Amino acid sequence: MAEIFYWDAVRRAHDEEMANDPLVFAMGEDIGLPGGTYKATQGLFDKYGEERVMDTPISENSYTGIGVGASMIGARPIVEIMSVNFALLATDQIINAAAKIRYMSGGQVGCPVVVRSPGGVAHQLGAQHSGRLEKLFAGTSGLRVVTPAFPVDAYGMLKTAVRCDDPVVILEHEAIYNLKGEVPDEEYFAPLEGARVVREGTDVTLIGYLMSTHWNLAAADKLAEQGISAEVIDLRSLKPIDADTLRTSLAKTHKAVICTEDEAPVGMSAEIMAVLNEQCFFELDAPPVRVTAEDVPIPYNHTLEKAALPDADKIATATQKLLGH
Amino acid sequence: MEAADRKRLLQEMVFARRFEERTAEAYHHRDIGGFLHLYPGQEACAFGVLEQARMGHDYVITGYRDHVHALKCGADPKEVMAELYGKETGSSRGRGGSMHIFDVKNHFMGGYALVGEPYPLAAGLAKGIKMKGTDQIAICFLGDGANNQGTFHETLNMAQLWELPVLFVCENNLYAIGTSLERSTPAHDQYLRAQSYKMEADQVDGQDIDTVMEAAEKAVDFVRSGKGPYFLELMTYRLRGHSMSDSGRGYRSEDEIKQWMERDPIYLFRDRLVEEGVLTADEFEQMDKDAQQHVDDEVIPFAENSPEPDVGDLHKYVLSDDDSCAMGQIAGGGK
Ligand SMILES: Cc1ncc(C[n+]2csc(CCOP(=O)(O)OP(=O)(O)O)c2C)c(N)n1
Repeated sequence: MAEIFYWDAVRRAHDEEMANDPLVFAMGEDIGLPGGTYKATQGLFDKYGEERVMDTPISENSYTGIGVGASMIGARPIVEIMSVNFALLATDQIINAAAKIRYMSGGQVGCPVVVRSPGGVAHQLGAQHSGRLEKLFAGTSGLRVVTPAFPVDAYGMLKTAVRCDDPVVILEHEAIYNLKGEVPDEEYFAPLEGARVVREGTDVTLIGYLMSTHWNLAAADKLAEQGISAEVIDLRSLKPIDADTLRTSLAKTHKAVICTEDEAPVGMSAEIMAVLNEQCFFELDAPPVRVTAEDVPIPYNHTLEKAALPDADKIATATQKLLGH
Repeated sequence: MEAADRKRLLQEMVFARRFEERTAEAYHHRDIGGFLHLYPGQEACAFGVLEQARMGHDYVITGYRDHVHALKCGADPKEVMAELYGKETGSSRGRGGSMHIFDVKNHFMGGYALVGEPYPLAAGLAKGIKMKGTDQIAICFLGDGANNQGTFHETLNMAQLWELPVLFVCENNLYAIGTSLERSTPAHDQYLRAQSYKMEADQVDGQDIDTVMEAAEKAVDFVRSGKGPYFLELMTYRLRGHSMSDSGRGYRSEDEIKQWMERDPIYLFRDRLVEEGVLTADEFEQMDKDAQQHVDDEVIPFAENSPEPDVGDLHKYVLSDDDSCAMGQIAGGGK
């Protein structure tokens, strides 16, 4: 098992899947000759050529749609959208087309397209480059939505997504491409459903995904110093959300703190709260608490940006309050 | 073209016309819900172009005015009508409706409600074809209004850049619902807009099926021979309103409608065949009666008598039936 960067895990999955099937191809802005904004396709242009590692013009809606169309007849496109903020331009093809074609054709044809895109808040990029749009995709019937927080999932989920017959949206994060983590040397396919307990604990369950999983892990360290044992659950998949893993954890801890990087109103935390209410209610000793981004466009100023986001301290404070410390 | 084929083609067009007119009746009886966009007046476009393509081999995609394109691709009229009736026997199992006819076994890849949305999908079908290295082509039918969408420009740009085997057919019927071409773009000739992307393009009369077939043959050959995409603009007219909720008046003069009625593609073709001595007026009468009878005696009863979808199947078709792959259980994987 080697420690590799997150970006390299994504690159390796591309490479293996393209080697495995000649109908797998990647497309996106600057992913070919320039090697990819986050290096996720580095070296593949030379290896597979411009027909399979395609540099697209800046036409998010239509190149995404080209991926969707190609997937309808058996090609396996991996569409990279440089930033999830730009994916808004492609929502017609993702939400109106890819997500609905299987259903409205009565099951005649599916769209096994993969759309990967980094989002989230990273180092003062300002309001238009700090989108957290997971609610949009996770709220759309007919899509699978996954959020790999670690290199092993970035690798394994992309490989599975390429083989999966459903459209899969993979939300990555601008701030974790340089995170290192262990990835098996042998080929590995991660499921596109199911949460994972990434730290065991007994007093409280911290629930998050993508960046908030990392914040939750840091918060768990702080809480441990105060004698509080926190279990951390990385949801990994936002559609569907794995209620079973949540319930199992809550049967032990009876208390939940939800942390998300998006705003509270109609955000992922609201959905997670609903899942807890509907499916884990009898395990709970207290109403779950959520720690979310503030309800503001993300400011440029560093101090304001930090104030707008959750972090380990805010999670720890909320947890202490919930536990009556 | 052989005389017998010319007669067969006219018969197909007459059948499509009767089929469409009968759906209007069913709509008034509320047997059909939703929006219903009908095709009378434009038949020479779909029939003329697709007659030159290989049905079941090439891929076809279009907008919401899609029944007739599906029929010409080989869709069973009974299934198309059953789809309009929302029945389980419908081509899309009653889940699609008028705007979403799919008949994938005949390579009819669907009708789409969002204006301009099929442009990239068509180019994507062509990209898939190119990757597989077959001699298929993708054919995309859309209206003039769709050309004011970004997808028109984005897709034509990429299709030409990557030399994708796709034929774009613009059925220019001069109106996008109630807004005329002149009132929506200063660029009236659509083929010139395509040429600005260095795409091979042509504009011909869309009412005369012989003219359409001649232009389409050239276009299809061009695309199939690997020279890249082609844009064919057909000047046509819809004789009815945009959909059932539009009378088609108000924004068009009676004079204009009358003039185009005189250029009804079915009657133009009929008169040509009579002139050529291929067809008699009586034979045409019979053809028309047969078409009407086929619709009344077979198509409508099938739709009426078919079962509704089972409510228990509401969630069927959201995702693929087999989720083992999504769960990471991949044959040969994890070795
Ligand atoms: C994205 C989008 N915007 C608006 C509409 C509403 N709409 C439906 S059809 C239509 C006119 C389209 O005209 P055209 O492309 O010329 O096709 P035609 O109906 O004439 O065949 C409009 C505006 C829509 N369905 N989709």
